[in-house]
Amino acid sequence: MKIGAVKEIIPGENRVAMTPESAAQLQKLGHDCLIEAGAGGAAGFDDAAYAAAGVSVVPDAAALCAQADIIVKVREPQAEELARLTQGKTLISFFWPAQNEALLAQARDTGASVIAMDMVPRISRAQKMDALSSMANIAGYRAVIEAGNNFGRFFTGQVTAAGKVPPARVLVVGAGVAGLAAIGTATSLGAITMAFDVRPEVAEQIESMGAEFVFLEFEEAQDGAATGGYAAPSSPEFREKQLAKFRELAPEVDIVITTALIPGRPAPKLWTEDMVAMMKRGSVIVDLAAERGGNCDLTVPNEKIVTENGVTIVGYTDFPSRMATQSSTLYSNNIRHMVHDLTPGKDGVIHHNMEDDVIRGATVAHEGAITFPPPPPKVQAIAAAKPKEKPKELTAVEKRAQEVAAFRSETQRQVILLAAAGAAVMAVGLVAPESFMRNFIIFVLSVFVGFQVIWNVSHSLHTPLMAVTNAISSIIILGALMQIGSTSVIITILAALGILMAAINIFGGFMVTRRMLAMFQKS
Amino acid sequence: MDFGFTMAAYAVATVLFVLSLGGLSNQEKAKRAVWYGIAGMTLAVLATMVGPGSGLWLLSLVLIGIGALVGWQLATKVQMTQMPELVAIMHSLVGLAAVFVGLNAHIEIGRVAAAFAEGGLPFPQPEGPMATQAYQLWLGMTDFAMIIGKKTAVEVTILRIELMLGIWIGAVTFTGSVVAYGKLAGRIDSAPKQLTGGHMLNAGAAGLSLLLAILYIVYADSAAGSLLILLALTALALFIGYHLIMGIGGADMPVVVSMLNSYSGWAAAAIGFSLGNELLSVVGALVGSSGAILSYIMCKAMNRSFISVILGGFGGASGPAMAIEGEQVAIDADGVATALNEADSVIIVPGYGMAVAQAQQSVSELTRKLRAKGKNVRFAIHPVAGRLPGHMNVLLAEAKVPYDIVLEMDEINEDFPSTDVVIVIGSNDIVNPAAQDDPNSPIAGMPVLEVWKAKNVFVSKRGQGTGYSGIENPLFYKENTRMFYGDAKASVDSLLPMIE
Repeated sequence: MKIGAVKEIIPGENRVAMTPESAAQLQKLGHDCLIEAGAGGAAGFDDAAYAAAGVSVVPDAAALCAQADIIVKVREPQAEELARLTQGKTLISFFWPAQNEALLAQARDTGASVIAMDMVPRISRAQKMDALSSMANIAGYRAVIEAGNNFGRFFTGQVTAAGKVPPARVLVVGAGVAGLAAIGTATSLGAITMAFDVRPEVAEQIESMGAEFVFLEFEEAQDGAATGGYAAPSSPEFREKQLAKFRELAPEVDIVITTALIPGRPAPKLWTEDMVAMMKRGSVIVDLAAERGGNCDLTVPNEKIVTENGVTIVGYTDFPSRMATQSSTLYSNNIRHMVHDLTPGKDGVIHHNMEDDVIRGATVAHEGAITFPPPPPKVQAIAAAKPKEKPKELTAVEKRAQEVAAFRSETQRQVILLAAAGAAVMAVGLVAPESFMRNFIIFVLSVFVGFQVIWNVSHSLHTPLMAVTNAISSIIILGALMQIGSTSVIITILAALGILMAAINIFGGFMVTRRMLAMFQKS
Repeated sequence: MDFGFTMAAYAVATVLFVLSLGGLSNQEKAKRAVWYGIAGMTLAVLATMVGPGSGLWLLSLVLIGIGALVGWQLATKVQMTQMPELVAIMHSLVGLAAVFVGLNAHIEIGRVAAAFAEGGLPFPQPEGPMATQAYQLWLGMTDFAMIIGKKTAVEVTILRIELMLGIWIGAVTFTGSVVAYGKLAGRIDSAPKQLTGGHMLNAGAAGLSLLLAILYIVYADSAAGSLLILLALTALALFIGYHLIMGIGGADMPVVVSMLNSYSGWAAAAIGFSLGNELLSVVGALVGSSGAILSYIMCKAMNRSFISVILGGFGGASGPAMAIEGEQVAIDADGVATALNEADSVIIVPGYGMAVAQAQQSVSELTRKLRAKGKNVRFAIHPVAGRLPGHMNVLLAEAKVPYDIVLEMDEINEDFPSTDVVIVIGSNDIVNPAAQDDPNSPIAGMPVLEVWKAKNVFVSKRGQGTGYSGIENPLFYKENTRMFYGDAKASVDSLLPMIE
């Protein structure tokens, strides 16, 4: 099949859905790759690099769409792009089917299949094609960099000869992928980072990234696992409590990064006008939810504004596009993994398996029908961290009592075992003649010695132990030696064979043991 | 020479043997301990030849010489990876020798009885001092016959029981070891296989053996009859040995080999009793009990009872296995090498697959390179990794991996969470998280190496198949696990040039 990547037509979009590297991987799956001339230019991949990777460079989008069976792109398609689709072709891109019903209907009418990268279900298996996460990761990183760009101080605190610099205080609201990436970036730049999320189970993740979890005392906690790992709208009481907490923090923090989104709804307003007013001059707010209306009351999408009290509010919506090389690399890998799943035979033949949870979930139009919204996936998203039951701490007295009890039961067991074994030996002694008993007692003692000795053998020496016991068990040679001198020919022959076999064993066993032991060396 | 001297020599030999086994408590002492064993054996053989041994010295020495040559050849030629096979096949020799010696004892009893009958004398002799005539006859016998000749009726019956035991255990050891050898060497399919009837057949054969044993004592006076019964008993034991081990899967072979080791010891001990040779019974008991302990230690490492191992196969699962979600994500050598270059601490978990692919030299080279870069490289060895207890240690030692970086499961299990990269080479069940997570798993409760707690896990594996036990391994589906498909040796070799 031919896979073609078109140039993005939305102004300011720098990303591209195929890189020379991902093309090489796609070719390994048996596909041919095409690219529209200049598509990768803004992301730092020129046509020559594609050509070197074996990708055919096609002059314009129309020609490319005519040739390619699968068209990959980044942004949701525009009407003119959809018009190029025909029956049997597949489009893979972001689509936002819930917001773009008209486009969806148009896509259905073309009869082509549309796979929406934003609809990939959030299950472990699908993580490698989760473009939302990979883009959010970049957005989170870039948000901190943008904040730093507009912030007049260091992130890290320093005490220098020229004076003391306090560390920046960063608050991250919403600890999704973007939030966590922002936390990681901010902490590694040296800022004091706090983070808030309505899902208490992410506290651990926040702390693992080095930030402090802003704890909210509230009864009704959200279970993120029930909503596919995303946050759900919260009750008015909870919201009030949350805003009160933010008001408390607002005068202290220098940088606020908001990332709170609820699937299928406008972004919740979390950073109100009065909070902005309380902030210090020179503070920065980066609103990653700007595209969906913004978490901050004053955000203007796609613009950077400065309020009267000197607070900068960044409302850019194109953070991933601002790092087009990085985001194209990751996005094209997401696409590549999706194609990998669509090509189970790795033979260049697309198998659009609607039974597969991931493919079914991401497909929004297929064979002339709208297949959105998908049925709920069969596999649950990430499980909620259930509150762990703490093992009961034992007091010193209880521990001591347990030890004593263990000691007692062991003593009891040992005594019973010894008594039983002793009684058994004595019972044999009652019936067996003395000559037998003399041997038997020696035998019993040797068994005992054997048990005692072997417990101490080092685990790593078990193979040499086997080899050496094997050699020693050829002590049977003594029996054969005692019999070989018999006047009976049969006995002599059998005994001779016995001696021969035992001798092989003796020499083989000891030699091999020596060989093995000689190999054990200290570093 | 006097028997007193022999007894003294035997006592010294016993002490040497005990020191030899006990010396294996650490690597340095063990090198000395082997020499104790060799000295003990030499002393025992010499003392027997000059004491109760009965002539034909030259023949004996020649035979020992031939045996030495063959043994020498075997020991020097064997590959370290074939060690399990070698040990197994050598056990079979001990078993067969025990059968021969036992049969000899039986024949000798018959001959002594015949000699006494010819002289019109009762056999066994009544208690008390022998009659002059009987004494004369007795004096004319060979050494071994003399021992039998002076036994009382009860003692002769005990002797018969002992020799039967010796033959029976020896025969089981013989066929069992041959089958174990076949399975380890890959000449027999290692999957558990049984004839129809399964363990009932074994139980039946064992019951029949007991019946024959009683018949043997009852018809002891009939020379031809008792020999036939004894041979039938031997045949039954041979069958049991074959069928018992055929029914045990390849993954349980470490336990089987040490169990057979134990059996060969018990066979020697039983023969020692029948020949009235103290050293034989003492050393047999030492070997027998050491093998039993070893089997016990290994069963414990797999969290399985000895019985369930003997009964073969893994115990039935108590419910459906947990569904595994996710998929196996493959990675190429580049990716592994990058992770290795960035890692500070690396743990390598070798398994039988490493032995099969003969990858230990390459692994050693990889270790050397990583250590030269100042990385902390260690090996984690599960107690049942490989096909013989301690198998991995020997292979790594052969490849000159220093033994102080080769650690046991208990020593290293806590370190996985702080480890950057874990490389699993050819092991499967011993790193299976299902043992801890899934109560329905057939291996539930078995202690395993918790590799999945490390930051990155790379699994070198030939393909997507399941392990020896045929159990699906959720480790391969974890998010921090990447599958590094291919032959273990080729895979590791491809990494070597990329580590710089």
